[in-house]
Amino acid sequence: MTKKTDTASEQFTEYVTVIIGDQLFGLSISRVQDVFIPDRLTKVPLAPPEVAGVLNLRGRIVTAIDMRSRLDLDKRASGQPVMAIGIDLRGESYGLLVDAVGEVLKFPDSACEAKPANLDPRWARVASGVIRLEGQLLVVLDVDRVLDMRKRAIAA
Amino acid sequence: MAGARRTKASYMDDLLQEFLTETNESLDTVDVELVRFEQEPNNAKILDNIFRLVHTIKGTCGFLGLPRLQKLAHAAESLMGKFRDGMPVTGEAVTLVLSTIDRTKDILVALEKTQLEPAGDDNDLIGALDKMALQAAAQPRPIQPGQSVGTLVHQILERTLRPGEVTLDELERAFRETPGPATQPAKAMPAKAVPSKPAPSKPIPPIPAKAPAESDDEERSDGKTANQSIRVNLDTLEHLMTMVSELVLTRNQLLDIMRRHVESDFKVPLQRLSNVTAELQEGVMKTRMQPIGNAWQKLPRIVRDLSAELGKDIELEMHGADTELDRQVLERIKDPLTHMVRNSADHGLETRAERIAAGKPEKGTIRLSAYHQGGHIIISIADDGRGLDTARIREKALANGLATEAEIEKMSEAQIHKFIFAPGFSTAAKITSVSGRGVGMDVVRNNIDQIGGSCDVNSVRGEGLNFTIKIPLTLAIISALIVEAGGDRFAIPQLAVVELVRVHAKSEHRIERIKDAAVLRLRNKLLPLVRLTTLLKFDSGDAAPERGFIVVTQVGAQTFGIVVDGVYHTEEIVVKPMSTMLRHIGMFSGNTILGDGAVIMIVDPNGVAQETGATVAANTLIPDQAAADTGRAADTTSLLVFRAGSPAPKAVPLSLVTRLEEIDGSTIELSNDRHMVQYRGQLMPLVRINDDVRIKSEGTQPLLVFSDGGRSMGLVVDEIVDIVDESLDIQVGSDRQGILGSAVVRGQATEIIDVGHFLPLAYDDWFRGGERVVHQSARTLLFVDDSAFFRNMLTPVLKAAGYEVTAVAGANEALSLLKSGGRFDLLVTDLEMPGMDGFALAEAVRDEANLAGMPIIALSSYSSPESIERGREVGFHDYVAKFDRQSLVAALKEQSAEMDRAA
Repeated sequence: MTKKTDTASEQFTEYVTVIIGDQLFGLSISRVQDVFIPDRLTKVPLAPPEVAGVLNLRGRIVTAIDMRSRLDLDKRASGQPVMAIGIDLRGESYGLLVDAVGEVLKFPDSACEAKPANLDPRWARVASGVIRLEGQLLVVLDVDRVLDMRKRAIAA
Repeated sequence: MAGARRTKASYMDDLLQEFLTETNESLDTVDVELVRFEQEPNNAKILDNIFRLVHTIKGTCGFLGLPRLQKLAHAAESLMGKFRDGMPVTGEAVTLVLSTIDRTKDILVALEKTQLEPAGDDNDLIGALDKMALQAAAQPRPIQPGQSVGTLVHQILERTLRPGEVTLDELERAFRETPGPATQPAKAMPAKAVPSKPAPSKPIPPIPAKAPAESDDEERSDGKTANQSIRVNLDTLEHLMTMVSELVLTRNQLLDIMRRHVESDFKVPLQRLSNVTAELQEGVMKTRMQPIGNAWQKLPRIVRDLSAELGKDIELEMHGADTELDRQVLERIKDPLTHMVRNSADHGLETRAERIAAGKPEKGTIRLSAYHQGGHIIISIADDGRGLDTARIREKALANGLATEAEIEKMSEAQIHKFIFAPGFSTAAKITSVSGRGVGMDVVRNNIDQIGGSCDVNSVRGEGLNFTIKIPLTLAIISALIVEAGGDRFAIPQLAVVELVRVHAKSEHRIERIKDAAVLRLRNKLLPLVRLTTLLKFDSGDAAPERGFIVVTQVGAQTFGIVVDGVYHTEEIVVKPMSTMLRHIGMFSGNTILGDGAVIMIVDPNGVAQETGATVAANTLIPDQAAADTGRAADTTSLLVFRAGSPAPKAVPLSLVTRLEEIDGSTIELSNDRHMVQYRGQLMPLVRINDDVRIKSEGTQPLLVFSDGGRSMGLVVDEIVDIVDESLDIQVGSDRQGILGSAVVRGQATEIIDVGHFLPLAYDDWFRGGERVVHQSARTLLFVDDSAFFRNMLTPVLKAAGYEVTAVAGANEALSLLKSGGRFDLLVTDLEMPGMDGFALAEAVRDEANLAGMPIIALSSYSSPESIERGREVGFHDYVAKFDRQSLVAALKEQSAEMDRAA
């Protein structure tokens, strides 16, 4: 699961922070394979709306998931920069398209709080908790849930 | 032992892994060899081979500390020792050894999972084995008491397990020196007891899978062949393949760059790189190739067991076991093949008694064969059993709602047989333990579909059943046609592509539209078209495809055209599976990286076929195309439904319609009181069905164009509604001019128009006026005419005259139909036909004793006194000019009346 560092009795997890829309999200660093700039995205006809397309990353075919669409946010304006977080899931490569990638932050596991009850249900589906930062919230994304789109795919 | 394993954990793990792999392989071989041995009990070589394998397993088990396995192997070995000592080989004994092997396999499975031998004991089996071995002592030649031999071997083994290992070669030699059964048996036992332990890490030579039917393979199972091969981990091979795929892609990429730089120093080395890559690719592909015999390996055992269980004598023949194919493909067809062989044994072959009653050899045969054919492997599974029960399949198809009674009535046997591939279809009257467990041929077909193969069945009642499977050699790298649609590129597997047709407004091949369905008239066939962009939901499909390329694609018996915007080139592509997230899209079978680095989707022709089937069901459900080709009139007719003058639908056989046109109303001219339009450089007369039809003076005016002999006529209609396949059964005659009668089309009463009535309206000399038709009790009529136009044109006329019409395109065909027992009340034949003409046909018919009384009406486009005279001589009852419908109908009536009188 997540990479845990044992300092004293506290367990720590490192998060790669990303910005999607105006919100700060965090992904456990142990799940992040690489960060890259998506290039030459090929649309996949008939694909679920969240699938932005597929692309060639060093000879591997990566399925790109548009996180804005996944989180029901507004579409990214054309020309706006986009970054991708590379994730491996059961031998397959996925790229989560985000607006920007920030620094890697380390938090004790106790800092991660349960999802607030009033969190937008569309976000609650894919979040595993929140971390309170100065002036803003970091929503911790559960990568497995982000990539589990079966229900969506069937509904679509 | 357990302690040793813990201290050297990883070393032992590796060892155990290797042991598992080896033992499983050995056991498979033992399976095959035992069955063979049972058939040839005197073949000492087979026995040696089995003995050696079991012995090695036993030794290795001892080394690894697997007492349960060791004891089992030991007991089995003891019994086999008895065989060597001349004990008669009984089916019972072989069954016992086989069940020991099954138990061993079970233990191995558990061992693989837990790394530990499962608890439990095998005293039942060991007891039985010992008992059997003891019985040997009571046999006429009790050389040595079985028990003491067993104990001796056992003890020695225990002691000499780890140190003092004897090489496999020595072991080999020991066995080789061991004489065959019945000679010097006393020496044999000690001889093999001494060299008890082969080096455990030394691989047992993998015995190449062989068809037991072959008998020249003994030599190959000795050490020589084995020493030339090494065992390579599958992952290593897979990885190698992936790397080569990458290399191919990179090479393609470089070549792509090179195309843009004509003069470059890189050209020559790159060319070499390209060649080397191609060779490397081929080489690595070869490492993935395995003989299909590997997939057949388990079958002799299965058939043997089935044979016992079902009480049938079954012989399994295997041909072409060394035919090689990609192991990925091999894995995928293993289960389907096993299933089909089981099916053949269980449902296909009759019981002994039934076979004798049917005058067949007592022993049923299942024959497997495999061979290469143009980039494909053809595998056939044939049995000489009872064949498919068409009536039962028909019943079952009806019960399952796969087809309506009316549809089934029209199907040929072969078409009905195809239902066995439908989901959940099983005709086995009783569910046996052997097959019929709810999975059926649909699963087989699915598996085969998934690897881009096809499956066909051919059955002759009472004679047997033959399944033919056609599968691609490899899945990894395929040749594909790169096309463009909606601005994106797609790959279409070359294997499915029949031809490419380019269309634009002025080309010979044009896209026509029938209501919503686009069709291409290609060499007199209507090809359903589907736009790739529509399939992929880039557009709504409203835009008429006027230009572009049509990729004529064939999937099974279904042919259709995929309309694309552009065609680039063919490229060897490396198929990469779609991500699980996208795998539900049936339209794609995978994706690939092109030479320029772009990822594109690989279109799955099967998926397109399914989609096309849904949209153009009419053309695909009933393969009347094929039926029409062979000349035997299709039982259903493609009808063009339209409206003209009244809201009631009208229809005309589609095959009579040359083209559908939409012209601009303002281009219609009135000349000599006739409506005309300039059409393809000629004036084409326009005809209305009745006075209620308004010819538009502006806007688009739909027309049905009929052409024959260079002349065209446009029939003015209000609206083209649809195209359907229906059996043309004119139920109510009509006394209105130009209407043959009414038939039910699309569940609606529809007037079938008589094209023959309208043609003379356009050209006075075309035909003569319409004839009132009277519906009579159905009589059967065979109509022979080599011209498709006249066949289509006159068939409705004949039908309307009350006949059930079978139209064929040639005299030979008519004759064979008649000779094969086709019953017809009347024969109507054209006189001038290529090959056998109407006269010759009539003479041939007269020569057939049981056909002599059949009235024959001749049709001719010319009527000279000589030909009429000759017609009388050969026995035509009537002689009618081809264009004289009135006389034809009169002649038919006369014949009917005659028959009524006779009756």
